Amino acid sequence: MPHVCGLLKKGTDMLICKPSDIKPSDITPQNIFHRRREIIKAAGLGAIMLANGGFSPAAFAAEIVHKPKIPGFRKTSHGGGEKLTSYEDITTYNNFYEFGTSKENPAANSALFKPSPWSITVEGEVGKPGKIALEELLKLAPLEERIYRMRCVEGWSMVIPWVGLPLSALIKWAKPTGNAKFIEFISAADPNTMPGVRAPLLDWPYLEGLRMDEAMNPLTILAVGLYGEQLQNQNGAPVRLVVPWKYGFKGGKSLVRIRFVEKMPQTTWMRAGPTEYGFYANVNPEVEHPRWSQATERRIGSGLFSRRLPTQMFNGYSEQVGQLYSGMDLRKHF
Amino acid sequence: MALTKNTQRLIKRSLFVVALLPLVRLIWLGINENMGANPVEFIEHSTGTWALVALLLSLAVTPMHKLFGLAWVLPLRRMLGLYMFFYACLHFLAYLWLDHWFDWNEIGHDIIKHPYVLVGFAAFTLSIPLAITSNDYMVRKLKKRWKVIHRLVYPIAIFAVLHYVWLVKKDIFQPLMYASVLLMLMIYRVWFLSGIKSYFNKSI
Repeated sequence: MPHVCGLLKKGTDMLICKPSDIKPSDITPQNIFHRRREIIKAAGLGAIMLANGGFSPAAFAAEIVHKPKIPGFRKTSHGGGEKLTSYEDITTYNNFYEFGTSKENPAANSALFKPSPWSITVEGEVGKPGKIALEELLKLAPLEERIYRMRCVEGWSMVIPWVGLPLSALIKWAKPTGNAKFIEFISAADPNTMPGVRAPLLDWPYLEGLRMDEAMNPLTILAVGLYGEQLQNQNGAPVRLVVPWKYGFKGGKSLVRIRFVEKMPQTTWMRAGPTEYGFYANVNPEVEHPRWSQATERRIGSGLFSRRLPTQMFNGYSEQVGQLYSGMDLRKHF
Repeated sequence: MALTKNTQRLIKRSLFVVALLPLVRLIWLGINENMGANPVEFIEHSTGTWALVALLLSLAVTPMHKLFGLAWVLPLRRMLGLYMFFYACLHFLAYLWLDHWFDWNEIGHDIIKHPYVLVGFAAFTLSIPLAITSNDYMVRKLKKRWKVIHRLVYPIAIFAVLHYVWLVKKDIFQPLMYASVLLMLMIYRVWFLSGIKSYFNKSI
């Protein structure tokens, strides 16, 4: 908010601001100040993009400024042979409703979001409730690159080289009690820096959840980077959940709170559309979404003239996670 | 306001050119690979949006004439209708070809199973007879029946707007804008037809 002193016009009798009148929140952070033109441009572009591909003149001009490199992560064999989706596509085609509902909005509207300093509050059924700073979190396990397929419930997919650590490392740190059967993941919801949160479109803050065994699965990671660089705000900086065998919306972004609970959480999308989004949301070509067939998917970056790919059960991770659901009716537990 | 024949012709030609601009833009963005991460979706959304815009504009012709006395808009209606059909064809073609590669099994399944696809398909199918009967010869030949056939434009418009509303996951602000324009255009027609207007005129 502009401070009242800032509103005094030149020529009005005098400037009566004492330094103490200027609240710290009135001072624009230096990095934002230096990027002010860029931000204004981005905001304007965001407004134009509202027109959803119908009216925008030169649609996708936003240039993404790269993030600092993450030192010393280890490569893994995950995702060998998959062609990576380009950095540009991964960082400009996002579903992150806290920054707006069209795919281009998050890249255009997230410049004011501040991913540092950051900490995650761990609470609920744990022996060690409290906050963990991002720096501490990163020391819990060595950082690894995991190349995962990401399948969106809307029928498109990407291949993303995440950098992160197994979620299990944080769970072990938190020492869950015997009552902890599920985990809730709660995302940031700051109306000052996340314009989408100002509209009551979804029940903010965004809440996602996993069953304990899903959360402990070695495939489940907390990602802090992609392409060897820190996450962009639009990708869920500074830390987000990645669960590669589930539809993308299960991966809560910009996590601020992790709560261990006994009962199955009612996630944001379950509340928004109970017939469309279930708790499990496992990628499953045989279980149709009311709006989209889930049998095939469009691989982002494959170009204008390319066919859809067949969607794989559990997004191709059956071997690693199939056993988690043995005996369950996946049509009922969609 | 009566315009000269020349001005009338100029307006018509201008509309012809202006209505082609969305296509020119699409081709331009395509050549420059500037349609974003999901170009197929971009083409589908863009052609669909412009079909809807042309459709609503064609429905706005009568009220513009009757309410504001703009007689010069009347000769533009047919062209707007045909542009609606043109962009709807591109939209449908993009869906059949770029999105589904003429996989008729997949397409048939998609149409039957998903309400938003079904109403979109219905809107497109219903607009085919309108396009076919849009020429002067058919107007003359069909006489009174022509008007009846062309009332199909109302279900087409309702289906087209529903197609958009049901497509969108959560933020239905954009489709609702189109829906409210259609609602106003429909209210105008009900108002005119039902005699409510004359009733009010009398009581005032």
